[in-house]
Amino acid sequence: MKNLNRVGPMLVMGAATLYFLVPIWWLVVAASKTRSQFSSTDPLWFADFALIDNLKELLAYRDGVFLRWMLNSVVYTGGAALLGTLLAAMCGYALAKYRFWGREAIFNVILSGVLVPATALALPLFLIFSQFEATNTFWSVFLPSLVNPFGVYLARIYATASVPDELLEAARLDGSGEIRTFFTVSSKLMFPALVTIFLFHFVAVWNNFLLPLIMLGEEKLFPVTLGLYTWNTQVNQIPELRMLVLTGALVSIVPLVIAFLLLQRFWRNGLGSGAIK
Amino acid sequence: MRMRSLSVVLASALALGACSSTDSSEGGDPAAAGNCAPSTGNVTLTYTTWIPGIDKVVKLWNDKNPNIQVKVQTGPNGNGGTYANFFNQIKAGNTPDLGHIEYDALPSFRVQDGLANLAGCGEVTAAKDQFVDWTWGQVTFGEQDSVYGVPQDAGPMALFYRKDLFEKNNIPVPTTWAEYAAAAEKVKAAGGYITNFSQSDINQFAGLSWQAGGRWFANDGAKWTVNLQDEGTTKVADYWQGLIDKKLVSSVPPWTTEWDNAYNKGNAWTWVSAVWGANSIISGAPDTKGKWAVAPMPQWTAGDAKAGNWGGSATAVFKNSKHPYEAAKFALWLNTSEEALTALNSEAQLYPATKAGAKLPALTEGVEFYGGQKIYDVFATASTQVAADFVWGPTMTSTYATASDGFKSAVSGSGTLLDALKTTQTKTVENLKSQSIPVAE
Repeated sequence: MKNLNRVGPMLVMGAATLYFLVPIWWLVVAASKTRSQFSSTDPLWFADFALIDNLKELLAYRDGVFLRWMLNSVVYTGGAALLGTLLAAMCGYALAKYRFWGREAIFNVILSGVLVPATALALPLFLIFSQFEATNTFWSVFLPSLVNPFGVYLARIYATASVPDELLEAARLDGSGEIRTFFTVSSKLMFPALVTIFLFHFVAVWNNFLLPLIMLGEEKLFPVTLGLYTWNTQVNQIPELRMLVLTGALVSIVPLVIAFLLLQRFWRNGLGSGAIK
Repeated sequence: MRMRSLSVVLASALALGACSSTDSSEGGDPAAAGNCAPSTGNVTLTYTTWIPGIDKVVKLWNDKNPNIQVKVQTGPNGNGGTYANFFNQIKAGNTPDLGHIEYDALPSFRVQDGLANLAGCGEVTAAKDQFVDWTWGQVTFGEQDSVYGVPQDAGPMALFYRKDLFEKNNIPVPTTWAEYAAAAEKVKAAGGYITNFSQSDINQFAGLSWQAGGRWFANDGAKWTVNLQDEGTTKVADYWQGLIDKKLVSSVPPWTTEWDNAYNKGNAWTWVSAVWGANSIISGAPDTKGKWAVAPMPQWTAGDAKAGNWGGSATAVFKNSKHPYEAAKFALWLNTSEEALTALNSEAQLYPATKAGAKLPALTEGVEFYGGQKIYDVFATASTQVAADFVWGPTMTSTYATASDGFKSAVSGSGTLLDALKTTQTKTVENLKSQSIPVAE
């Protein structure tokens, strides 16, 4: 009986895992093939192993523009996620811990921002940036990526739950300024939430494809998603690109996997320790 | 009554781009065709295109023209996002100076009043005779005093066929569509399909209709006419419906791995396609190297010499450009000079729209993949056989989408290609009306 209870969930989870891993498996297999074998051999099993050649070709193609795109993506997403997490944390913290006029109104406006998809904002943002002649620049993608209403929401909820008012009171009595208290005391208590916010934000910016598509024309500014998409639309014309797109897609998920593997430890710890308290 | 005529005027102004030119174009007023005076001082132009390797071609120009520097911007192909970007940029008033636009998309940009009319640029109009007639028709829409871009590349069509399989099974290479249908039966008997009917890429069907005398759109200066069910188009639709009904053609979705496979494994024996299709076969069906050959398109009447076109694009100058003269000069160099055409062909396999372009060394040599056949000779001849009066409509994206939906159901057995054309006709007219573009009915 006890075993049976375990088998059911395991089956469901096994099926889900398989469901999510098959596309990645397909990508790994596809990226390791030569172009002629890609279409003629079993899509879910290896043929001649050409991954290294594909990688070499990818890095050499058009003077290594792919590496530039990877770097751009890391800067856009890493930078925006770091700064955005800081902004969201400060904002959520202020909304949770300070009482001021219009607090709930501000919070509600931010909350409704969660419902507006980033896609819907791309065009208005383009028109605004056009006014300042700032389209096709690094900032046109970076600045809009800094804001993250969902992060603010999470930060507020978590700050309410994990930062006791008494502690802030004590810090004030000891003569610590508000900013110092935030960075030395509160932000540490909120750390697990910050990791979550960072991860969410990182993924959101990494996947925000429409904004750079609309804003950027300069190839040197492209994030890797846009670059690969651009190549993919040219596959009919330039057949070599097919393998480069596949190999590039495989390489481009590596940073995400690394970010998750490194940070999930904090994430899990945070959720767990929160539950015990 | 007055209200009505006012709205017609407004609507036609919208439809015809530079509205002032509607009235004055007959007089040949140079202002109507757009100002084309040289700028003073150094000029920097921006040029948005998705042609691979274009920066190398532009570098040739930049090295020789220190006063007119061109900066390349890039992105996905037109329908993949670059056209949408152009429309946004037209709205925001910050388009590049030059843009890459396929022939079938030019009218929609003109309707949005986004393009500069280059008829006022003497050097452009003087270059008319350098271009194959029908490509010039694509950028002028067959009108006097209209030049909305410089033709860049062309997609004349011919018949790619599996020479080895046709010979092995003693099937003569079809020269007419009737012979093609007869060959289809024999191919089926030999266990293959004569070709794959393109159910979702309507452009091939457009090329076939173009050859058969179909003319989908017309514009008399005030109103658009939509003729998706004219004689030529109906003939083509009936013909392919017959092949579909007899299950003589396969219907794999085009541009997929499955589709590549159908050719790579020898399931599909021919492909009526454009000149750039030569590279699609090389990439999609690498195992069939040396087994293909190219023949002229089958004809509707034996002894005729007509070809269709599939694809091709122009370099257009946007109305926002502050330097139309320099932009036009660059566009001319890019699309007529031998060095640029050679570079475009070697970097991106573009097939030039100029008459002289067909004689480039790379386009007169035998091609190894095709058993050393000088396949481009066939296309060079085809290009001269494309009728010059085929006009695209201003809402091709939605027209294609509707037609493609209908074709897909026809292929799966519900409805026919003719039904699909009927629906597309109605929907296209509705769509034009909903955008206040005047339509004659």
